[in-house]
Amino acid sequence: MTTLSTTSHASEIDSLLLDSEKRKHEPVPSKSIHLTLSNALIITRREVRDSFRDWRIIAPIIILTFFFPFLAQWVASGFSNFLRGYGAELVGERTIPFLLMIVGFFPISISLVIALETFVGEKERRSLEPLLSTPLTNTELYIGKTLSAMIPPLVASFGGMMVYLLSLLTGQLQWRPQAMLVVQIFLLTIAQALVMVTGAVVVSSQATSTRAANLLASFIIIPMTLLINAESILMFLAPDVISPYGVGSLWAVLAGMFVVAVMFLRIGNTIFNREELLGRNLDSMNISGTLRKIGRYIRAVDDDGTPARNLKEWYTRAIPYSLRKYKTAAFVTLAVSLIAFIAGFGLGFAPQWRIVLPQGTLSPKSMDIIRDVLTPKIQEQAFWFILTNNLRVLLAATILAFFSFGVMALVMTPTVYVVLGYIFSQLILSGSDLGVYLVALIPHGVIELPTVLLGTAIAFRLGAVVTRPPQGETVGHAVVVAFGDTIKLTVGVIIPCLILAALVEVYVTFPLMLR
Amino acid sequence: MIETQNLTKEFDDFLAVDRVTLSVGAGEVLALLGPNGAGKTTTVRMMTSILAPTHGTARIAGYDVVKDAEKVRASVGVLTEQHGLYERMKALEYLDFFGEIYHIAKPVRQAHARELLERFGLTEAMNRRVGDYSKGMKQKLALVRALLHQPPVLLLDEPTSAMDPQSAKQVRDAIIDLQHESRTFLITTHNLTEAQTLANRIAIIRHGRIIAQGTMTELAQQMGAEQRVELRVNGPLNGLSKDIGDMVTICDSGEDWLQYSAPDPSAINPALMRRLIGLGVEVVSLTLMSSSLEEIYLRIMEEDEAVRPMKSL
Repeated sequence: MTTLSTTSHASEIDSLLLDSEKRKHEPVPSKSIHLTLSNALIITRREVRDSFRDWRIIAPIIILTFFFPFLAQWVASGFSNFLRGYGAELVGERTIPFLLMIVGFFPISISLVIALETFVGEKERRSLEPLLSTPLTNTELYIGKTLSAMIPPLVASFGGMMVYLLSLLTGQLQWRPQAMLVVQIFLLTIAQALVMVTGAVVVSSQATSTRAANLLASFIIIPMTLLINAESILMFLAPDVISPYGVGSLWAVLAGMFVVAVMFLRIGNTIFNREELLGRNLDSMNISGTLRKIGRYIRAVDDDGTPARNLKEWYTRAIPYSLRKYKTAAFVTLAVSLIAFIAGFGLGFAPQWRIVLPQGTLSPKSMDIIRDVLTPKIQEQAFWFILTNNLRVLLAATILAFFSFGVMALVMTPTVYVVLGYIFSQLILSGSDLGVYLVALIPHGVIELPTVLLGTAIAFRLGAVVTRPPQGETVGHAVVVAFGDTIKLTVGVIIPCLILAALVEVYVTFPLMLR
Repeated sequence: MIETQNLTKEFDDFLAVDRVTLSVGAGEVLALLGPNGAGKTTTVRMMTSILAPTHGTARIAGYDVVKDAEKVRASVGVLTEQHGLYERMKALEYLDFFGEIYHIAKPVRQAHARELLERFGLTEAMNRRVGDYSKGMKQKLALVRALLHQPPVLLLDEPTSAMDPQSAKQVRDAIIDLQHESRTFLITTHNLTEAQTLANRIAIIRHGRIIAQGTMTELAQQMGAEQRVELRVNGPLNGLSKDIGDMVTICDSGEDWLQYSAPDPSAINPALMRRLIGLGVEVVSLTLMSSSLEEIYLRIMEEDEAVRPMKSL
C-alpha cells in the first residue's frame, strides 16, 4: 500500500498495479507481434504528435503538400505548351510523371530530418534514457521510432501527389496517366522513405550529435538523389510500362530498394540497442586505438584478445580460434558456389549456349609446342600471374563485400564456379577425355578451391558482420574483430595456401597435363 | 531487492565499474557517493538493464539484469541525471504516455498521475507545457514519472538537485514515506547532508570500485575517527581549555562552549566531570557528537588517493 495513495483511487490503483512480490509470480508475457506493434505504436503516436507540434516540420510539410504540387502543375503545363510549339510534345508528356515523383519525393526527404531528430536529437537532449529505462524492447522502440519518422512525411507526400494528380486530371493538360506507372511511383515513394529512414537510423546510432548525423546523412541523400535521377531517365526513355528496358525496369529498382531497406532494417534493429545508444559518447575517430585493437585481434587466441606468445601458438591456437567463427560463412559460401557450379553446368546444356569443342585431347604437335614454351622463366612468370590473380580477386571481393554487407563476395568468386560448371558441361557434351580435365584441376585444385572458398567466406563475413554482430558485441567491436580475423587468416592461411597452390599448378599440374 | 556481485563494466580499454558488490534490502536506502566519473551512473545503468555488465551479476527485485531485462525495467523507477522530459508535452500528457508504456489502465494512470502531481505541488501546472517549467519543477515531474508505476526499486540520480529548499523537503519526505512501504532506494548524490539524512547505508565509489560501505557508525569506525563531545557551561569559559587540555584534545570553542575529542569518551568523561566540579564549573550539557558524513567521506577519499592516486588526464 502506498502512502502516496491518499485519494479514493488508492484501492483501485493498488488492485491494478502489481507489487514486487506479485510481479515475481507474474507469467512471462509472450511478446506476440500484436503486443510488439501495440507497444511500438505508443511511441509512434507520441512522436507523430510531437512532430506535428514542431513548426520546423509542419511548415515545410504544408508548403510541399499544398503549394508545391500547384507549382509543379504550372511548370508541367508551361513546359508542355512550350515544347508543343516545337513539335516535341513527347518530351513534355514524359516529364509529367517525373514531376509526380518529385512532388512525392520532396516531402519524404523530411523523413530523413525527422529520423535524425527523433534518434540523435533525443539522444542529445537526454530524453532517450528515461525511455530506455522502460520495459519496451529494442525492437519496439526501433519500430515505433521508424514509423513515426515515416508517417508524417508519407502523409504529406501522398497528399501532395494526390493534389498534383487531381490538378493534372482536371486542369488544362487533362493528363491521363498509365495506372501502373502511378502505382510504381507511389511504391517507389514508400521505398525511398523506408530506405532513407532506415539508413538514418543506422547513421543516428553512430552519431552523438545532430551536427555529426547531418554530415553523415549525405551518405544517404546523395545516393538517393542519384537514384531519383536514374529513375527519371528510365521514365523519360520508357516507351510503355511493359518494356523491360523502360518503366518496366522500375520494378527492379523497387525490388532493389526494398532489399536495401530490409538490409538497413536488419542493421538498424541490431544496432538500435541500449548499449550502442548510451555506450557511445564521442564522435571522434581514434585511428591509432582502432589499429591497436585490430593488431590485438590478429594475435588473439581467445575472445578476450589474449595474444599468442609465439608463432607456434599463433598457428596452433590463434588460427583455429578464428577459423571456428567461419563455419556459417563457409557453409553459405559453399552452398552458393555449388549452386553457381550447377547453374553453369545446366546452362551449358542449353542449345544456344553450346560450343563445339574438338574431340579428344591435344595433338602431339601441340604438346611439343607447349613443352618448348614452358621454360623455367615462363613457369616463374606463370606462378606470379596465378598467385597475383587469385589474390587480386579475393582482395576485390573483400573490399566490395565490406561495402555491400557481404553480398558482393558471394557474387564475385562464385562466378568462377559458373564458368567451371559450364566448361565441364561442354567437355561432357563434346565427348572429351574428362581425365585430362581432372588432371588439369585436381593437383592444385585440392588446395586452391578450399582456399578460395575460405577467402570468400572471410570476405563475406567481414561485410555481413555489421548486419548481425555476435551476441553481446557492439557493431564497432565486431567489425574490429572481423578485421583482425580477416588479416590473421589471410596472412596465416590464405596467402601461404595460394602460394602453394600456384607452385603446384605450375610445377605439378602443367607437367602432368603434358605427359 | 538490489543484489550485485562483482559487477564490472568495461568500455573498450576503460574500466568504468570494477567488481562492485552491493546489497540493499527492502525498505532500505543506500546512498552511492563518489566524485564525478567514479562510475555511479554506469552502475545505475547496469541495474536498469540499459548496459550489460562485462562481468559479474546483478539482481533487481529478484530479476537478473541480463536474463530478465524487461522485468527489471518494469520493476525499477529511474530518475536520470538529466531529467530528459519531452518539453512540448503537457505534464499530464507526458505521464499518460509513460503510464501507457507500463500498461497501466487509463483511468488508473490518470488518477495516479494527478495524485502524484498533487503530492509534489504540481497540480496547478499539470496542463502547462513542460518546457515552461522551472528546473525544480522539471526535476519533480521526472521523479513523478519514476514513481508512476509504483516500482519496488527506485534508482534516483541527484533527486533534489536544482530544487528550492521547500521542494527538496517534499522529495525527501516522499522518499521517507516510500521507504516505510518497503520500497528500496539507491540514491546517488553529491549532497552529503541529504545522504546522511535519508540513507540507512552509504557506499563510496572511486575509480569504479567501492572503497567503503556501511552505516554511518560503521564508516566512522572503519576510519577510526575519534568521537567529539560538546561541553556547555554556565558563563564564560575563563581558560577552561587549558585546565582540561591535559585530558582531552580541544577541537573548537566559543564563549560558553567547547568541543573536544577523545579516543574513548565514555572512559574519560567521568574523570573530566570530577575535575570540572572541582574547578567549580557549572556544566549545562555534555553532548556526544557524531562525525559528519562529509568528514568521513573526505577522509576515505584522501586515504584511497594515497593508496591509488588518480591518473593525470
